[in-house]
Amino acid sequence: MSRTTVQSYESARRRRGMTLLAVIAVLIITAFIISMNTGYILLTPQELLNTMLGKGTAKQELILFDFRLPRIVISLLIGAALAVSGAVMQSVFRNDLADPGILGINAGAGLMVMLMVSFYPSTSAAPVFLLPVVAFAGAGFTAAMIYLLSYKRHEGIPPIRLLLTGVAVAAGISAAMIVLTLRLDPEKYQFVATWLAGSIWGTSWKFVLSLLPWIIVLLPYVIYKARVMNVLSLGGQTATGLGAAVNKEQFRLLAAAVGLAAASVAVSGGIGFVGLVGPHLARRLVGPKHQLMLPASALLGALLVITADTIGRWILQPSEIPTGIVVAVIGAPYFLYLLARTKS
Amino acid sequence: MNHQATASNGQFRAADPVKFRSRPWAATLILVGGLIALAFGVAVSVSFGAADIKLSVVWTAVFHFNPDLTDHQIIRELRLPRVLGAVMVGASFAVAGAIMQGMTRNPLADSGLMGINSGAGFALAVCFAFFPHLSFMYLILYSFIGAGMGAGIVYGIGSLSTGGLTPARLVLAGAAFSALLSALSEGVALYFNIGQDLAFWYAGGVAGTKWFQLQIMFPWFAGALICAFILSRSITMLSLGEDIAKGLGQRTGLVKLAGALIVLILAGSSVSVVGAVGFIGLIIPHLTRYLVGVDYKWIIPCSAVLGSLLAVSADLTARMIVPGQETPFGAIIALIGVPFFLYLARKERREL
Repeated sequence: MSRTTVQSYESARRRRGMTLLAVIAVLIITAFIISMNTGYILLTPQELLNTMLGKGTAKQELILFDFRLPRIVISLLIGAALAVSGAVMQSVFRNDLADPGILGINAGAGLMVMLMVSFYPSTSAAPVFLLPVVAFAGAGFTAAMIYLLSYKRHEGIPPIRLLLTGVAVAAGISAAMIVLTLRLDPEKYQFVATWLAGSIWGTSWKFVLSLLPWIIVLLPYVIYKARVMNVLSLGGQTATGLGAAVNKEQFRLLAAAVGLAAASVAVSGGIGFVGLVGPHLARRLVGPKHQLMLPASALLGALLVITADTIGRWILQPSEIPTGIVVAVIGAPYFLYLLARTKS
Repeated sequence: MNHQATASNGQFRAADPVKFRSRPWAATLILVGGLIALAFGVAVSVSFGAADIKLSVVWTAVFHFNPDLTDHQIIRELRLPRVLGAVMVGASFAVAGAIMQGMTRNPLADSGLMGINSGAGFALAVCFAFFPHLSFMYLILYSFIGAGMGAGIVYGIGSLSTGGLTPARLVLAGAAFSALLSALSEGVALYFNIGQDLAFWYAGGVAGTKWFQLQIMFPWFAGALICAFILSRSITMLSLGEDIAKGLGQRTGLVKLAGALIVLILAGSSVSVVGAVGFIGLIIPHLTRYLVGVDYKWIIPCSAVLGSLLAVSADLTARMIVPGQETPFGAIIALIGVPFFLYLARKERREL
């Protein structure tokens, strides 16, 4: 009797979760269409449809296919990647406030991207497909550093110390970036300045292609590991008792999370708070089970970034606000709210 | 091993009376030696730069100014204000940090980490956007208001939280609030096209310091510093704990209010001159407390001297790294400050 009750409860919950996922997907499609319409040059829905069907003018095709679509696709991808990365970090560290931006992992990736770009005569000449690899090296190094600095034997990693270390390392890396950029020419200085503000700078199809393999491999891998993460989020001892190879799994999952964050940073700037807001909303909507929570975080992250990007393009026409600023204006109050709610 | 080290460190702190002693001789030595070093640093800093100027020329430029000589003009109009600016700003941030750490007994207190600097910076951004022709006199006042609001909000959020106000929580609230304010300021800058005017406080630098700014800042600076000296006895008592201070007959509310006003004036006026430079107020008071002991009568003046020394040498380093180019002064301080912050956050035994 009770078994069937649990089962029916579970299936009801799953059904509800699926409905929510569908609703978020519809919202993303709506945002997608609005975003295609948004910009300095207005395309009416009619023109948009015609262009999509291949019947637009050359100018309309250029605007839609070469400028707007790649950017929209990138904003969706990095939103999903950053949110899932944050979700993994929150589960592995068992820390509600973990996020690749706050922990300084984005900054580490950005520093490497900047160093690499500075070796080439212009920002567009850098080999796009190497960027995520270089970013991964930087992010991995930063993650290892933060881990070592906040780890203490017999205590593990207390949540607050992890965050403090991350905040400090991020501040240090930003300062190093500013010092290094002065050796660069003004064009690259401009690049770093917009990077720091969190603007999506890689806006052509080749950036989409360089980002896509990382997401195609890592996102399903993390979702495949959802059951392991359910166990891990119970705490190290319980997880070991349930037969999980805790250290190994933690390392793999963190590497995947770092990879997702690094790949997104390689094409966008330092966009923080997505990895914080996405998973939290997801947990609130579909519950803590990772099988549903991870896809929901991915979708919510994508929705957040595409909305922020659209707002950033629309609000101050003809100039643009970097996406990271819009996300920070939404995300920082949320972080403060969460901070006020968590017990010490 | 680490764990053992911290544990014994904690016992050491509790048991060893040396930690709680004040060392007036060391303090006097620091004051005298520090002032000499500061004078030397100022002289070197003035003579160093794109146009190399001999120290003897610096001397004559200051005491027998001749407006026809280019070197004298460079020293008077460009180098002296920036170096004096660095002196004042370094002292201000350091004393503000010392007062905050003493009053709140929070080892991680610093005007940069607490949202005070970014609050002042945001107020400046708004002023540049809406009242572009505001005189510096008013800018400094708005900067005080911004600093106060920043501090109020960060403290408010920190104390609203369920677990109460902890040092780490304050730092995190400060970091998130600063991220929000700098995002908003950047938005304002983009909208009103004032990125150029604002660039100075993103990075933090003493390069553009003008005489009139120093003239306006000086009375505030001097007043606040004198008040800080007067208040130092009460701060020492507060640093023993609020209950003890009350038991000794102190009106803690009044002292805290006065201390907060001094901090806001010092930090706010500094931000309006050099921008949001963090970490001076964190490093210097710790260093000073280590050197001179726990009496704020000595900590405050020594912090002022050492803070100026740090700011002047950071400015000099900033100009030396890439000759002919200015590395932002705030970035240099952050590079020194971050490892120090990490060390403090690690050393703290409880929930840090």
